[in-house]
Amino acid sequence: MTEIFGVPTQALFGQLLIGLINGSFYALLSLGLAVIFGLLNIINFTHGAQYMMGAFCAYFLLARFGIGYWWALALAPLIVGVTGIIVERLMLSRLYKLDHLYGLLLTFGLALVIQGLARNEYGTSGIPYAMPGELAGGQNLGFMFLPNYRAWVIVASLVVCLATWFVIEKTKLGSYLRAATENPALVQAFGINVPRMITLTYGFGVALAAFAGVMAAPIYQVNPLMGADLIIVVFAVVVIGGMGSIMGSIVTGFALGLIEGLTKVFYPEASNTVIFVIMAIVLMIKPAGLFGTQR
Amino acid sequence: MVAFFSLAPLVAYPVFLMKVMCFALFACAFNLLIGYGGLVSFGHAMFLGTAGYASAHAAKVWGFAPEFAILFGTACSALLGVVSGLLAIRRQGIYFAMITLALAQMMYFFYVQMPFTHGEDGIQAVPRGRLFGLIDLSGTWAMYALVFVVFMAGFLLIHRVVHSPFGQVLKAIRENEPRALSLGYDVNRYKLLAYVLSATLAGLAGATKVLVFELASLTDVHWTMSGEVVLMTLLGGLGTVFGPVVGALIIISMENYLAQMGSWVTVTQGVIFVICVLTFRRGVIGELGRLIGKPL
Repeated sequence: MTEIFGVPTQALFGQLLIGLINGSFYALLSLGLAVIFGLLNIINFTHGAQYMMGAFCAYFLLARFGIGYWWALALAPLIVGVTGIIVERLMLSRLYKLDHLYGLLLTFGLALVIQGLARNEYGTSGIPYAMPGELAGGQNLGFMFLPNYRAWVIVASLVVCLATWFVIEKTKLGSYLRAATENPALVQAFGINVPRMITLTYGFGVALAAFAGVMAAPIYQVNPLMGADLIIVVFAVVVIGGMGSIMGSIVTGFALGLIEGLTKVFYPEASNTVIFVIMAIVLMIKPAGLFGTQR
Repeated sequence: MVAFFSLAPLVAYPVFLMKVMCFALFACAFNLLIGYGGLVSFGHAMFLGTAGYASAHAAKVWGFAPEFAILFGTACSALLGVVSGLLAIRRQGIYFAMITLALAQMMYFFYVQMPFTHGEDGIQAVPRGRLFGLIDLSGTWAMYALVFVVFMAGFLLIHRVVHSPFGQVLKAIRENEPRALSLGYDVNRYKLLAYVLSATLAGLAGATKVLVFELASLTDVHWTMSGEVVLMTLLGGLGTVFGPVVGALIIISMENYLAQMGSWVTVTQGVIFVICVLTFRRGVIGELGRLIGKPL
């Protein structure tokens, strides 16, 4: 067996693959956070809980209605997105005139409620979710074994991330969105319905989290606490990347996933903390984040 | 309040009241930062837990006397406050909250892996020892008196700080940071000082709590603890003198009452958060103060 720096290549590439998978979820989640933050100026603490809701939604669709993975991939984000829109209309919309702090506290409270309810119902052990039959098995690439489903997760999240980037940066709808981020009052004066845009943006950001949740279900199992610790890592990713740029959050997400994977190979003790250490270093050198602008 | 905590042990369990006082001090320390400095820390559990582990280790393994164990724990928290504060004050507002949360999570993983914390078991059977070599703290009343004195000292110190020129500058920074900067105040130094002070007092609460329960565990460093102290302060009233004490009393009573019901505690806490934010943002004491037209 070949070795690189004393580590078998099989293990190295295996961990890099896991890193890329984690990176896909970091990218999807931090992208959703960045989109929401841009327009609402709210850090969505419920994001982790909504990611978990996505996975649970897929599980329910299968267990109750026999609806499989592919439909769940479209339906779960839609359903969770609608719950997000309801939350935005009923609660968040009352807080826009206040200090941003209250949005943070409200979404934190909601996350506690959702996770607490799920834990009451299902305990803390995970529920397995079968991966779709079409993607079972894998490819032998010669230097490593690549399970089909994992390849699909990486490709799908890359496509979704890039599509989001394209819509926001290159289309007319995206230009409205960016304009409203800069100056909502002026955009409203041009006759664009900004409140509705804000609502839909929140729904979209939440849907992204749910989409990530469905994709995570076959890999990590469906667990009430799956989003609780993940969201803190994603916050660190967001601080490192800065929320100024869409492409920035995508790149940072994937890159940090890879770095975490590498740490697992070379210095496993630090694999949980490496992202936080990187955050501290970035804060010392470039406080606004790698792609951010200070504001 | 002095009367309340002097007479309350006649009707309520002293251990319960000691827990309330420790958390009240913790919440007051947190309030100094959020209520007067306008800095939202979501990682205050790291100070509570660090001081807890440090003093438990000092008392149990190194055989420190209780007063030195508490001082050592508090000093460790102060040091952590300096380091994390230097990083966190580089950003404002929501970023500040996310950075403190991430740093606290890092400390949590650190304590999970360090052998001296004994992981899930925690440091158990921490000896209370003899205060100044004279007073045996294993008795409930001696311990109660110590906690009472520590709590009152911390509370009065915070009261003094808030009403000092330093406290006024802090409020000015909260209201309008660029203006305070243009008036010639070194804003970052004030923020850091407030942060370290808050960390130190949170550490004092954590070290005292460990002696009361003779246990230092991972619960105290977990992010749920950071959320809990935010909730206590919010419910009692941000930026009020007595709010955090009342908030701590309500939340700890509720937890005691709901203890058998598992994660319903989490759900209830979440619901209280939502109700507080949506309907009474001033908190219990803040609303009361508005009714009688006097800040409490």
